Amino acid sequence: MNATRQPAVTEGGARAPGPTLPDGQAASSDGRDGALRQELLTLNFGPHHPATHGVLRLLVTLEGEVVRDLKPVIGYVHTGIEKTAEDKSYWKVIPVVERMDYLSYYFNAMAFCAAVEALVEVEIPRRAQYLRVIHLELNRIASHLIWLGTGALELGAVSIFLYCLRERELILDLFEMSSGQRMHTRYFQVGGVIEDIPSGFERKLREFLAVMPKRADEYGAILRSNEIVLQRLRGTCPLDAETLLGLGVTGPLLRAAGNPWDLRKAAPYSSYEEFDFKIPVGSVGDNYDRFAVRLAEIYESVRIIEQAIDGLPEGQFITTDRKVALPPRHELATSMEALIHHFKLVTEGFRVPPGEVYEPIESPRGELGCYVRSDGSSKPARVHMRDPSFVNLQALAHMVKGSYIADLIATVAMLDPILGGIDR
Amino acid sequence: MRELNASQLLRVSDLEGANPPTALEGTDLERHVRDRVLTTTLDRAVAWARSNSFFPLAFGLACCAMEQFQTAGPRMDIARFGYEAFRASPRQADLIILAGRVSIKMAPIIRRLYDQMLEPKWAISMGACCSSMGVFNNYALVPADKFMPIDVHVPGCPPRPEALMHGVLKLRKLVQADPDLGWRERYGALGTEEKPLDA
Repeated sequence: MNATRQPAVTEGGARAPGPTLPDGQAASSDGRDGALRQELLTLNFGPHHPATHGVLRLLVTLEGEVVRDLKPVIGYVHTGIEKTAEDKSYWKVIPVVERMDYLSYYFNAMAFCAAVEALVEVEIPRRAQYLRVIHLELNRIASHLIWLGTGALELGAVSIFLYCLRERELILDLFEMSSGQRMHTRYFQVGGVIEDIPSGFERKLREFLAVMPKRADEYGAILRSNEIVLQRLRGTCPLDAETLLGLGVTGPLLRAAGNPWDLRKAAPYSSYEEFDFKIPVGSVGDNYDRFAVRLAEIYESVRIIEQAIDGLPEGQFITTDRKVALPPRHELATSMEALIHHFKLVTEGFRVPPGEVYEPIESPRGELGCYVRSDGSSKPARVHMRDPSFVNLQALAHMVKGSYIADLIATVAMLDPILGGIDR
Repeated sequence: MRELNASQLLRVSDLEGANPPTALEGTDLERHVRDRVLTTTLDRAVAWARSNSFFPLAFGLACCAMEQFQTAGPRMDIARFGYEAFRASPRQADLIILAGRVSIKMAPIIRRLYDQMLEPKWAISMGACCSSMGVFNNYALVPADKFMPIDVHVPGCPPRPEALMHGVLKLRKLVQADPDLGWRERYGALGTEEKPLDA
């Protein structure tokens, strides 16, 4: 890291060949055109490495300190979730798919439930939609907090990690209140949510909403005024929006490059069209923009939750269609029909008409889509997830080629890949 | 705090109000010594020190790693017990917490990490997946006991930070106690049930 660093994007937006070496000699991979001959070194990075966000393995080809090539090797947490899902009835798939991208479990459940709901054509009550929005956005904040904490940890800032965990505990408390579990709550059901929010939830939620923007201000103040963080983020590893789109990258990475693509606005689901919120976008698409976009999204999520809890409609929290949703407990003692429905749902599950559907939603990392194909039975014939981490990881090599290896660490941190989602 | 040498310790000092100090004799002296002097073996002293300063490996696999973070976080604060020094290198660590699901592709790597840790070393299997393959129970996963010795299993999916802390404290007890004890004797269990820790 020396004074001769230059931004890797030139005025015209084209990728510069790489950082220049101290004497002005361009670093080149063949090494024939200058006195500086450097051998290429292949470095194995991971799968156990504290800076890889899980068990990601990167084969990095280095010339001195400059990354010339990079190949991600994945599959170290392959869990066979998609195959397992084919073996379970629809409502039993939810807890399995929840565990894919383990930081955005509500989003996994939402994508799957939305796909199944599209197949069985069930109407979702508006209260359920609003409750879903509240939990999705809380989960988005929790996911961004872990990203911010671990990302800052990899840049050498330890205290911010502990601050982020402090706020995440508040969110997990809310999840525990509404569903009984901190993670993998199985709160979303086909047709709605499993239970209404308990009394006291709203008060605790409002307490959290009051405190969260202030804390986010503090994170911003700590990191934006930190010269080391700025040096490592500003101008490092940018990638323009067109290349990102060509690679299929979505989410905060694409928005950091200036493209305001967000499925909550572009193709609203779960009544997102009723909320007033902004899409934070960056300008250059460097690591600093990726950081700034995600931090700004925390404020927007808080705004969405505020509107959702203010305007929470009365009514059912799950559909009254007894063919897909369990009857209320008290009906079992009085209604024979309810007992039959309950028995049928718990033993075989509900049958889904044949067909296939793809439902995308906006997860904290980008477009999370769920493809479900039904053959008419009570078990899905195929469940496939288009996980944003997997697609976004493709862009890593394009981002870091020609940069220093220290910038690779910062880029992986700002890329925020979740290996559970990549490998599934 | 005043420093007292041994001969002063064995006197009734002015701490107890007897001023000037008077020498004790006979059974009074015996009782006095018994109340104030702690004798132990070197093994036990070393085990006490070790068990209060585990150096866990900074190692996360999946969901459980997030709850492992929370254990280090402000609410649970693993530093209260002296286990906050997470080490990035297995050579500096003496405790590996397998937080998450172990795939068949990952198992040899974990075994290698475990082999690289220096003795004495301990292992905690956190969560249902690496104890019993959990909700998945399919072709891709392998339980941790199949390829390495595990000292403590923490159930849950994922376990709460409190549960992991309970497991670590169990491990502390295991390190402090006689290693030859069976688990029933160690934890005072009867059948398959365990007595509460502080009963």
